[in-house]
Amino acid sequence: MKLRKNVAVSEAGLLFNPVNGESYSLNPIGVEILNLIREDKSPEQIIKVILEKYSTDKATFEKDYFDFIGILEHHNLLESHEETNA
Amino acid sequence: MSKTRYERPVIKKLETGMPNKFGTKTEYEPLTHIDGVAVNDLIGKYGSPLFVISEKTIRSTIKKAKKAFETRYPKVQFAWSYKTNYLNAVCSIFHQEGSWAEVVSGFEYDKAINLGVDGRKIIFNGPDKSEQDLTKAITNDSLIHIDHLDELYSITELAEKLNKRPRVAIRVNMDTGVYPMWDRFGFNYENGQAWDAINKIMHSEKMELVGLHCHIGTFMLSPFAYGIAAAKLADLALALEQKFKHEIKYIDLGGGFASKNTLKGSFLPGNDTNPTFDDFAEVISTALINSNFKKDKLPLLILETGRALVDEAGFLLGSVISNKRSSTGRRNTILDVGVNILFTSFWYDHKITPAQSFTHYSEDTCLYGPLCMNIDVIRESTTLPLLNKGEHVVIHNVGAYNMTQWMQFITLRPNVVLIDMDEKPHLIRSKESLENMNSMEKVPNHLERFDK
Repeated sequence: MKLRKNVAVSEAGLLFNPVNGESYSLNPIGVEILNLIREDKSPEQIIKVILEKYSTDKATFEKDYFDFIGILEHHNLLESHEETNA
Repeated sequence: MSKTRYERPVIKKLETGMPNKFGTKTEYEPLTHIDGVAVNDLIGKYGSPLFVISEKTIRSTIKKAKKAFETRYPKVQFAWSYKTNYLNAVCSIFHQEGSWAEVVSGFEYDKAINLGVDGRKIIFNGPDKSEQDLTKAITNDSLIHIDHLDELYSITELAEKLNKRPRVAIRVNMDTGVYPMWDRFGFNYENGQAWDAINKIMHSEKMELVGLHCHIGTFMLSPFAYGIAAAKLADLALALEQKFKHEIKYIDLGGGFASKNTLKGSFLPGNDTNPTFDDFAEVISTALINSNFKKDKLPLLILETGRALVDEAGFLLGSVISNKRSSTGRRNTILDVGVNILFTSFWYDHKITPAQSFTHYSEDTCLYGPLCMNIDVIRESTTLPLLNKGEHVVIHNVGAYNMTQWMQFITLRPNVVLIDMDEKPHLIRSKESLENMNSMEKVPNHLERFDK
């Protein structure tokens, strides 16, 4: 799973997708997760990092994490499997 | 090392286009305490969901309403509308503040009597008064507001039978320029029904006609309709005086004042736009004082407003059961508060605030209740901070009608707590139990056994 290469994310949480010109805002934990995705961290690694830092439990974060990934896919911000494997 | 407070990750598409010219807030301050008592402590002790009533707010609201009218009109009497909230503790606060009781059924009448209200200070309204109810009301010298001719004839017969002269008023319906016109209760002013009823009462001499009553609608957003109603009742009273040389003692303008809630479909929040007590008082007092009543013969003005007096004193605390996504990606949040206990969510966009601190990130959210029914929607769309499972919300302005119209449906009705003037919580109605519900049922013998 990879973030599209040309997607720009600012530290303040503004995301711009030049493919369609759409902009998005992210909360700090959202930016953190996108950066971890960019670092090619696996979902398990990302969950571990977040659980160490934030006061939440695995079940809660796992659910929220996959919900977040689903929304990134919905907005076409992740490379598809075909693109990743190409 | 303590960990950072968790907030679920969120990404929100930035919409371009015309901004909202009214700049509606998309976030609120959290409401962590009600009258000094922590929401978390209340839920911890009494469970979730939980109705909370602020005695301070009730007392300050009735004082505000009384001041608005008493500074403009010399003789004013409030009567607490039992159907709006007939929890004994709530009624008692209003009675302590000097309100009479306004009831619309035998059940409500008995409730007022049981609370110790003087029968002469009970106004008995409504279309359904049984012979037994009327007998009680006549014996106690209560004020009976006649709704239809069948009732008028029943009272005439009972007056003879009991050898009493009941004190009555007639309910008058009329065109005050508002739609819909409420003409199902009482006798019509314009077509002569009201005069017909007055003539019957005055000629029979079995009853004492002490007042004229009307109740023109509910959640009235225009105070001016009350001015028309007051003027029409004043004209009727003065014509009655001229014809029968009989002075009525009071004009009862009923209730219907809007609270600060926001009706569904409203462009602006009710808190900013709905009329105040001063607005209603100004119009009503002006109409009565400008009528042809002599200065020293102004009738007592009775007001039966309920909703506007108690809505703001009621809070409903709830908890998040789950966060989901709809098929279109919209955020859906399920609360443990259903429409069966929040009946008013069918017509209001209730203000809902989290009960804990939050960041400025928010999501457009649909709030569902816990019932396995598609209609169980608390808010179709609201912008809320990111709520986690188990976190609490406070639903505002729920004091009117919810604790009377609530239903035991799928779930049991919750505890109700009153926070007193010293900021001490009291349980004033216990939550229902399976035992409560089963105690009213009986299973016939032949249905008691089945294969297990």
